[in-house]
Amino acid sequence: MTTTAQPPAKTLDAVVIRFCGDSGDGMQLAGGEFTTTSAVFGNDIATFPDFPAEIRAPKGTTFGVSGFQLQFASHEVFTPGDRVNVLFAMNPAGFKTNIDDVEVGGLVIVNEDEFNEVNLRKCGYPVGYNPLNDDQVSSARQIVRVPMSRMTREALADTGLGAKDVDRCRNMFALGVAYWVYQRPLDATLRHIETEYGIKKGRPEIAEANSIVLKAGYHFGETAELLAVKYVVPPAKLRPGKYRRIDGNSATALGFAAAAQKASKQLVYASYPITPASDVLHAMARLKHLGIKTFQAEDEIAAVCAAIGASFAGDIGITGTSGPGVCLKSEAIGLAVMYELPLVVLDVQRAGPSTGMPTKTEQADLFLAMFGRAGESPCIVIAPNSPANCFDTAVEAVRLATRHMCPVIILSDASIANGAEPWLLPDYDAIDPIESHHPTEPKDPSVGYMPYQRDSETLARPWALPGTPGMEHRIGSLEKSEPAGAVSYDPANHEKMVRTRAEKVQRAAKWLPELAVEGDQAGEVLLLGWGSTHGAILTAAARLRASGLTVGCANLRYLNPMPTNLKDVLGRFTNVIVPENNTGQLAMLIRSRFLIDAVPLGKIQGRSFGVDELVAGVRAILNDRKEATK
Amino acid sequence: MTTAPTTNGTNNVELPQYSPKDFTSNQDVRWCPGCGDYAVLNGVRKALPKLAIRKEDYVFISGIGCAARFPYYMDTFGMHTIHGRSLCVATGVKLANPELKVCVVSGDGDLLSIGGNHTIHAMRRNVDITIVLLNNRIYGLTKGQYSPTSEQGKITKSTPMGSPDDPVCPLSIAVASGCTFIARALDVDVKLFESVYLRAMAHKGCSFVEVYQDCNIFNHQAFFYATQKDTKPENTILLEHGKPLIYGTNNDKGIVLEGTMLKSVTLGGEYSESDLVVHDETDRQLAFLLSQMRHPQMPEPIGVLYCDPNHPTYDDAVQNQMQKAKASASTTDIRQLIDSGETWDVTESGISSS
Repeated sequence: MTTTAQPPAKTLDAVVIRFCGDSGDGMQLAGGEFTTTSAVFGNDIATFPDFPAEIRAPKGTTFGVSGFQLQFASHEVFTPGDRVNVLFAMNPAGFKTNIDDVEVGGLVIVNEDEFNEVNLRKCGYPVGYNPLNDDQVSSARQIVRVPMSRMTREALADTGLGAKDVDRCRNMFALGVAYWVYQRPLDATLRHIETEYGIKKGRPEIAEANSIVLKAGYHFGETAELLAVKYVVPPAKLRPGKYRRIDGNSATALGFAAAAQKASKQLVYASYPITPASDVLHAMARLKHLGIKTFQAEDEIAAVCAAIGASFAGDIGITGTSGPGVCLKSEAIGLAVMYELPLVVLDVQRAGPSTGMPTKTEQADLFLAMFGRAGESPCIVIAPNSPANCFDTAVEAVRLATRHMCPVIILSDASIANGAEPWLLPDYDAIDPIESHHPTEPKDPSVGYMPYQRDSETLARPWALPGTPGMEHRIGSLEKSEPAGAVSYDPANHEKMVRTRAEKVQRAAKWLPELAVEGDQAGEVLLLGWGSTHGAILTAAARLRASGLTVGCANLRYLNPMPTNLKDVLGRFTNVIVPENNTGQLAMLIRSRFLIDAVPLGKIQGRSFGVDELVAGVRAILNDRKEATK
Repeated sequence: MTTAPTTNGTNNVELPQYSPKDFTSNQDVRWCPGCGDYAVLNGVRKALPKLAIRKEDYVFISGIGCAARFPYYMDTFGMHTIHGRSLCVATGVKLANPELKVCVVSGDGDLLSIGGNHTIHAMRRNVDITIVLLNNRIYGLTKGQYSPTSEQGKITKSTPMGSPDDPVCPLSIAVASGCTFIARALDVDVKLFESVYLRAMAHKGCSFVEVYQDCNIFNHQAFFYATQKDTKPENTILLEHGKPLIYGTNNDKGIVLEGTMLKSVTLGGEYSESDLVVHDETDRQLAFLLSQMRHPQMPEPIGVLYCDPNHPTYDDAVQNQMQKAKASASTTDIRQLIDSGETWDVTESGISSS
């Protein structure tokens, strides 16, 4: 073998890679770049950024570790993967908190320069211990030591950059090595570095430094023959079309913007900063040229109330938040139920209760969305099931709110908000316009405008706008009678109004698609989920089917009202298992609505399901049931 | 409504000639007989025809409380909202349609206690709305608990031994929050209310009018020291821009500035009119000092404390940003926004970066 010969390339179907380091180490950036490059290369991808709530936790500590996991594959993938095949650990704390997730025999590439006494002690390793020298650790996994800090400094020795700026480029070295391992082109990242630092931030010297280090990392892999093999993950066969990488929060923002255009209306997005929903506010704030107004309110309540005010005056009113914010908005959402005005409430769920774990995912706000208000105050509740699906869901929420004149709650969550996947760009022109009608004269001039005269089909009330002569009317939080909307304390009228508001929401089901079952259409097991667990459930169902069970799975995007065929679907399976990132909220709804023995399968760890644990969970439930019937 | 047109001073748009009846809804007014709110309601109905604003452009918005029933009685667009949140809803209305003329009417509990936060923020943003605070220093609708403006020691159902709280000073909050029009009126002084209200409604920016309002059921005579014929001259001082601060039954008292404090003096001996502070509506520092003048130590100011008609409004700032963004955007086609960033094409034969 000559010195220039390259190691052989081994072809893999799918790889789960994770970058981890200090929260200031730029792991999210490195992971994001690897994602874009892999997506552009043609792999299917699913990502899981996992970062602490603290912006810069004390350096080197385990609670300051930030991670970014990505699965890229030559086939369709629906989850960021269970076991990590390749780990990049930029410091001992990252190593310590992530090593157990790496599969036996997996590859661990470490920045060995950071494994010094100080850093090892900071993350709690005993005095004199270095895991890199522990045979037990290194025998289970393939550990590759790379002096990333030193190499980065050497690569930038002649640039005259300060030590701090130099050290910030280490993530690019790791990324360069990763690109070499998987034979990825550097051009997309080089372009991004140039735009981000060179043009947007006006710091060409930083752009230059990052480019140098990225290439240095790549060449180091090549020159040092870092691994005995290189890996190739060929492109996946995705549906033909134009793609881009998208995360859930960006897709949500784009969906809202598209909805406003389709409704030929301006939009007010009113919000108060809260993790993990703030990125939607940031994205919306950059869309002013599309007639979008953002309002960073003084608190959550002001935000939802401003959205309601905007809606009364004829704009699309949207407020975005996470669970704690929904709690604060609850009274105002009830007001929108009473007003019967369109309102969209985005809840990017996170782990609760209370402040909980702000950056970690959970699906525990379902009951909050369904019932978390005073009195009987039904809302339409829908949930996106993947990052890209957030776009469609956002458009749909606006459509439903305007058609049915009521609040619509979107239950997104941290995992899809921050997770990314390839997005087959939608055919914008094929999206139906969103119709809204603003009457300009009373139906019967002798009695004037009747704000609660309902549409016989939808039961929605008319939406006359301030500024329209002759349509002056008052709406209020007090109970009212139809059709004039006058305040009423009449007992029978109250019951009628409560039932009518509920009926209006249930009637929306007529316009919603039926629930589709994937896999077996009838048989032993139905895995019924909602929201972000879709990918894991889909993959687990396929694996269970492969093992001989008849398994169907379905993702309930419409939680209120539920699809009209749900009862029929439930009846076709012997076992209905409901995986959720909560203790069993949908399961309880299904049990109470349909009087069936739906079994909850919960995970409440701030993380979405892995496929393995879902498969194991389903098997355990089936075994228990078998035992019970013996 | 008759057809005789008046004209809008700025662009000569023909406006119908309204009468108070045009602003009267078909709802029976349900306030207690003798409530000070009646006078304010009548004052507003009488004032609106004098403004060059179309009826359909008014939106009256309120929170919760006795005063907050106000919009139901006005034949305009109106929103009765939830407790404390009228100003947030009003801000949303103005974000959507800055052409609308929004007037918030609510009470001291609503605007200063549960909604106190929003009062500060609506004012510092200078949202182009008018806020009428009907201050009766009591919770009326919940049947008589002390409010944030009740005096310390106030004995109510919830404070049988007297309220331990010091009251807030609404005008001082307005001054400190950057409100651009600040005034005080009295429910029984119809003329004063109308003149102040008309100026507030004509003001571009956030205007705030505190009205001393009698709750004759739970806090009767709370403001009699300031509103009655025999008490008013000694206990209030009518502010007029450019005029010295004189008050008293015989116009024999005035206000001087001593160090950084205002002090009440008797004219004739040591002090003459030329020693008195001359009211300047454009002086925010003076407005703060005036807002702190409390009975019984000092006469309480009525009329306009402060007015800055030139401060940019929130509404304009939002619209301007949008216009600017539209003007500088390379495209307003959302398809290009969707189709941005790193994209790639998947075809039957392979991948190409685009």
